[in-house]
Amino acid sequence: MTEPLLKVRDLTQHFRMSRTFTVKAVNGVSFDIYPGETYGLVGESGSGKTTIGRSIIRLYNPTAGSVVFEGKEITGKLDRETEKMLREDMQMIFQDPMSSLNPRKKVGDIIGEGLDIHHRYASSAERDNAISEMLSKVGLSPAHAERYPHQFSGGQRQRVGIARALVMNPKLIIADECISALDVSIQAQVVNLMKDIQDSTGCAYLFIAHDLSMVKYISDRIGVLHLGYMVETGTTEEIFANPVHPYTKSLLSAVPIPNPEVEKRRKSIAYDYKTSGIDYTKGTEHPLEGTHSVLCTDEELARWTA
Amino acid sequence: MAEMNEKAILQIQDLDISFRTNAGVVHAIRGVNLDLQRGETVAIVGESGSGKSVTVKAAVGLLDANATVNSGKILYRNRAEDGSEQIIDLLTLSKRELRSTINGSKIAMVFQDPMTSLDPTMTIGKQVMEGILLHKKVDKATARARALELLELVGITDAERRMKAYPHQMSGGMRQRVVIAIALASDPEILICDEPTTALDVTIQARILELIKDVQARLGISVIYITHDLGVVAKVADYVNVMYAGKIIEVGNVNEIFYEPKHPYTWGLLAAMPDLETDDDRLASIPGSPPNLLHEPKGDAFAARNAYALKIDEKVEPPMFKVSETHYAATWLLHPDAPKVEMPAELAARLERSKKEAERYL
Repeated sequence: MTEPLLKVRDLTQHFRMSRTFTVKAVNGVSFDIYPGETYGLVGESGSGKTTIGRSIIRLYNPTAGSVVFEGKEITGKLDRETEKMLREDMQMIFQDPMSSLNPRKKVGDIIGEGLDIHHRYASSAERDNAISEMLSKVGLSPAHAERYPHQFSGGQRQRVGIARALVMNPKLIIADECISALDVSIQAQVVNLMKDIQDSTGCAYLFIAHDLSMVKYISDRIGVLHLGYMVETGTTEEIFANPVHPYTKSLLSAVPIPNPEVEKRRKSIAYDYKTSGIDYTKGTEHPLEGTHSVLCTDEELARWTA
Repeated sequence: MAEMNEKAILQIQDLDISFRTNAGVVHAIRGVNLDLQRGETVAIVGESGSGKSVTVKAAVGLLDANATVNSGKILYRNRAEDGSEQIIDLLTLSKRELRSTINGSKIAMVFQDPMTSLDPTMTIGKQVMEGILLHKKVDKATARARALELLELVGITDAERRMKAYPHQMSGGMRQRVVIAIALASDPEILICDEPTTALDVTIQARILELIKDVQARLGISVIYITHDLGVVAKVADYVNVMYAGKIIEVGNVNEIFYEPKHPYTWGLLAAMPDLETDDDRLASIPGSPPNLLHEPKGDAFAARNAYALKIDEKVEPPMFKVSETHYAATWLLHPDAPKVEMPAELAARLERSKKEAERYL
C-alpha cells in the first residue's frame, strides 16, 4: 500500500474559554488520507469536524497529537521549509463563499494571491495566463477576473473559492461544508466540478459535510464524528452497508430519502449519548474487517455485532 | 362573496407580488395558485429566490414595506365561535385586523432559525404563555397549565423545570420545539413551517419532522411546509408544489411528483440530489442559475436552463397542463403536439428503483 499523504494521530484540540472551563472540541482523533482519495468527515454540529480541518491546516495550534503531511510533522513549531510546503500543498475551500472572499479585491487578484506570495511566475503575462486558465477550469470566463465577488452568484463565488485553492496545485484540499450554502441544483454542479478536478490533477480531498447523501456520493472513505470522538471509520461501503456504532446507525436512519412511500413509514432511530450508557473515553479503536473500525469497549462491540 | 373550493381551508388565487428595490421592480410572485385542505400537508419546494417564503408571508401580513400586491386573493375559511363559516380575503385585512383575528389564533408560523424567533430575555414559560394569554381569555394559572401541557406535547422532558429556562440554555432542537409549542399555543387551524429544520442537524431534523407529523395527526391541523429539501418533502407532504421564478410549475400529490414527475425542472431537482444508492460518475445538474426577476423573463422562465426547451418556450409561457385530477405541470412538453420526450435515463432508472422499493410497503 502507498504511504498516506496525511497521517493524523490522536489529534486533540481544546479551547480554554476561562480559568475553569475548557471546550474539548476534538479528543484523540486518528485517520489517514491517501493520495488522490476523498475522505469524508460527517457528524452533527459541534462534533468537531470543522475544528479538525482547521487544526490540520494550522488555523489552530493543536493541543496534542501528531499530523504528518507528506512525511513531515506539521504540528508544533514549523521551520521555514515545512511551512512553505504546507502553505503550498494544502489548501482550503470554505463554507460561505461570500465571507471568505475579500470584497475589495478583484477575483483575478484573489485567485492570484497565492502565486504572488510564492513567486510562482516569471512575468505578469504568465500570472494572467495561470489565472485565466484556472477560471476556465472552474467554468467561469477569463473575463471574470476583472470583476468583484459581489458581482457573482453563490455558485459562481464558490467556483472562485475552488479556483483559489487549485491555483497552487495542492496535493490536499480541505473542503469545509463547501456546498451546504448552495441550492440543490448548484450543489450538483460544484460536486461534479470537484470530481473532474480530482480526475485531472489527482489531488486528495478532506470533505467535511453534514449532508450524508452527498458525502456518500463523493467519498471513498468516511469518518463519523460525535462530540469530538471518531466513533466509526471505514470505506463508504463498509459504513453504509454495515454501520456498527449506534450513533452511525442513528445518523444514517435520519437522512431523508426522496421516496415518499418509504420515507413516510420510516422512523429514525433515536440516539442520546447521555442515556445510552456509552462512555467514549473508555472506548478504544476496534478494527473490524478491512479499514472499518469502531470506537468502543470489547463488551460494547460484542453487544452491537450480536 | 368570493368563490372558494368546497373543502379548502386556505386558497391562494392568482397571487402577484412585486418589490420595489434600488435596482428596479422585482416581480417576485407571478400568479401563484395554491389549495390547502383541512388536515392536509402541502409542501412548497423551490430554490432560494423562487418566492416560496413570500407567498406565505403574504397570507400572514408579514410582507416587507416595499412589497406591492398587484393582484390576487388569499381566501381563508373562517369558522366563527358559533360554528358559522365565512370566507375572508386575507389581503383585504389591515395588519391590525390580521393580528387580532388571524395571526397566531388561526394561522401560526414556525420560522427557520429558532434562536432569532425567541426572545432571549424572556423565560421559555413566559413566551409560551404570552400567546395563550393574548388569544384566549384565561387566567394565568390556566395558561401556565396549558403551557406545560404544550411543552410536554412537543417532547420536552422535565417541562416544569424548563419553563424557567432561557433560550440560550437550550440546544437548537429544543429551541425549535419551543417555537412549535408557541405556534400551537392558541389552537391554530393552519401551521406554516418556513424551513423549520434547515438550521438543525439531520438527526434532530428527523425528530422535529416526526414531531410535527405526530402533532398534526393528533390535533387535525393543516400544515404548509416551505423547504428546498426534497427528502423532507417525501417524509411529510401529501401534496407538493414546485416553485420556480415566482410561479408554481408543477403540482401534484407526493407520489405523482416523486414517481411520475413531468416538468424538466422537477426532473433536474430530483436528479441533482443523490440518493444513497447513486453511484453514477457524475450527478445530473441543472446548468446555469435561476433568472433574475428584475428582468421579467420572456416565455418560460426555465427555458434558458432547460435541455428539453422547445422553440415556443422562448416566446409563450406554458399554461398548466392537466396530467391527472391532482397533477398539473406547466411545460409545453405536455401539449398534444409536442415531440415525445422522456426524462433522463439515470433519473428514470432511479425512479424505477424507488418504485420497486416502495412496492415492498404497499
